[in-house]
Amino acid sequence: MWRYIAKRLLSMIPVLIGVSFIIFTLLYFTPGDPASMVLGEQASEEAKNEWREEYGLNDSFWTQYFRYIKDIVTKGDFGDSYRNGRSVTSSLIDRFPTTFLLAVCTCVVAMLVGVVLGIVAANHQNSWIDAIARVFGMIGISMPMFWFALLLIMFFAVKLQWFPVSGFYGPRYVVLPAIALGLTHAASLMRITRSSVLDCIRQDYVRTARAKGQTEGVITRHHILRNALIPIVTAAGTSFGIALGGAMIMEQIFAIPGLGRLMVDGINQRDYPIVRGAVMLLALSFSLVNLAVDMLYAYIDPRIKAQYQGASRKKQKTEAEEVQA
Amino acid sequence: MSDTILSIKDLSIQYVSREIGTCRAVNNVSLDIQKGENLGLVGETGAGKTTIALGILRLTPKPQGRVTSGTVEFWGEDLYKKSEAEMRKIRGEKISMIFQDPMTALNPIDPVGDQISEMIWLHEKITKKEAAAKAANMLEMVGIPAARYKEYPHQFSGGMKQRVVIAMALACSPELLIADEPTTALDVTIQAQVLDMMNGLKKELGTSLLLITHDLGVVAEMCDKVAIIYAGEIVEVGTTRHIFKDTRHPYTKGLFGSLPDMNSHSKRLKPIHGLMPDPANLPQGCKFAPRCEFCTERCTKQEQELTAVSPDGHLVRCWRAVEEEGGV
Repeated sequence: MWRYIAKRLLSMIPVLIGVSFIIFTLLYFTPGDPASMVLGEQASEEAKNEWREEYGLNDSFWTQYFRYIKDIVTKGDFGDSYRNGRSVTSSLIDRFPTTFLLAVCTCVVAMLVGVVLGIVAANHQNSWIDAIARVFGMIGISMPMFWFALLLIMFFAVKLQWFPVSGFYGPRYVVLPAIALGLTHAASLMRITRSSVLDCIRQDYVRTARAKGQTEGVITRHHILRNALIPIVTAAGTSFGIALGGAMIMEQIFAIPGLGRLMVDGINQRDYPIVRGAVMLLALSFSLVNLAVDMLYAYIDPRIKAQYQGASRKKQKTEAEEVQA
Repeated sequence: MSDTILSIKDLSIQYVSREIGTCRAVNNVSLDIQKGENLGLVGETGAGKTTIALGILRLTPKPQGRVTSGTVEFWGEDLYKKSEAEMRKIRGEKISMIFQDPMTALNPIDPVGDQISEMIWLHEKITKKEAAAKAANMLEMVGIPAARYKEYPHQFSGGMKQRVVIAMALACSPELLIADEPTTALDVTIQAQVLDMMNGLKKELGTSLLLITHDLGVVAEMCDKVAIIYAGEIVEVGTTRHIFKDTRHPYTKGLFGSLPDMNSHSKRLKPIHGLMPDPANLPQGCKFAPRCEFCTERCTKQEQELTAVSPDGHLVRCWRAVEEEGGV
């Protein structure tokens, strides 16, 4: 198992290199001049050129790229912001906890609403509960997120004044954005849960469990849900990964100082190091979430666990043979 | 009749769906099983055998499956008047079932031992540890080393899985065991082993058996009584001797005609022509009439009741067979 994890961690390296290359290339060719953004349009061409020279922007593409990679690998340095000269790493570390908190809350809302509703809907297939759940799923998927967020603000923040309108200074500030984001994720999670549970409900082993005299509660929780969990975990993992990347729109609407806003500001101001850093962090967290999801698979399904172990066992065997030879 | 453990009277089960309409899967079936008796339920695929078994345990798939008439009495008590909680106590402990397909009947995410001990723990007032010990014993009893208790279904072969399913069904020493094609999914060599084992365990535990199969060979080996079922109806019922030596119904004869016979020199089998009628659209009169070589006009209009053709409980649902009897 540990071998498998180590292998997966190693295989992230090429992924991250690929991501770094793509984002670097994209930003290199993006129109817009960081120098005029930092110094202002009116600055003299000389001053701008001097600034570019200082930040190495006049070098060739490959020189710039390899310098970027070299700094990351040797010094763990993602560069400094053009705008305020702060190191990108510390900016990211500043913003990450906020985004992480929001992502966790979003996922909790999505799982609670989506999974529970999905199970109930599947258990009462074609009943009125199911119909309501399906309508909820359709609305949740097709309704624009920002609009839903604005409705929430209007109702709960402005009219009822239960929660603050925007900003981020304590737990109460998380509630509305987490609900707005969570419910949109919940809608797709609900649909996946419903169909996955429906698949399992008809399985023979569920009938076996009934024939044993098992109670419906245990049958649903254990026999059905645990078998239905794999697609649910996959979807929830993806949701979490997306939320970790910083919900740009949500953070903009609720004025939350998270990764999403950092990235949007970075793009607007042609602050390339910030954008690159944020994207790299996003890629890393996505890969880690995916690895965690795969680990969960093994925990849920012994057949997958056997595959992971089988793969490493086979490898050990061939290695042992090589040693003998 | 105080020895009657299970008495099914006039049971009808329908499957209702919007696409195909009403499927009359089981029609007015009546059966009795005495204590310690082995009853074979024989019929083609789709004849409604499994539906009868599920009907006994009140496990017909919901919401499509509907029991439209009849009673199922277990020791004289109507199972359909019991609450869901009372039913749960009966399932597994008093009546247990071996399912048809061992590949899918076990939960893939639970160790096999746990699946057996789940059953024991549900019905006996013992700790989980004691239940596990007993489950390990059950595994040994069906010839699987207790050391494999913690292994998962995917690590077992089909035959071993079937033995796990049997161990599970017998774990609480049920009074009635329903075995739904316990050997169909198995190799012939394993079949014999499994049947032997079931027989041995049955003797040990004094269980009655309802054996559902389409294999007449298995019936001959295992059963005291046989009911032949066609399109959801019993067409002939009697002792194994009645059915095998004194076959009356043309369908039963057809079943035997479809078996290869080592002793006769005929080169061709005599299969029954045609297919079983669609249960959503059953013919009027005798259900077997469209495939019957002795079909008369009366057969297509009116159906014969199950009628005794001998004083010791050999019943047939066929005009011709009954008339022959009367004529002799």
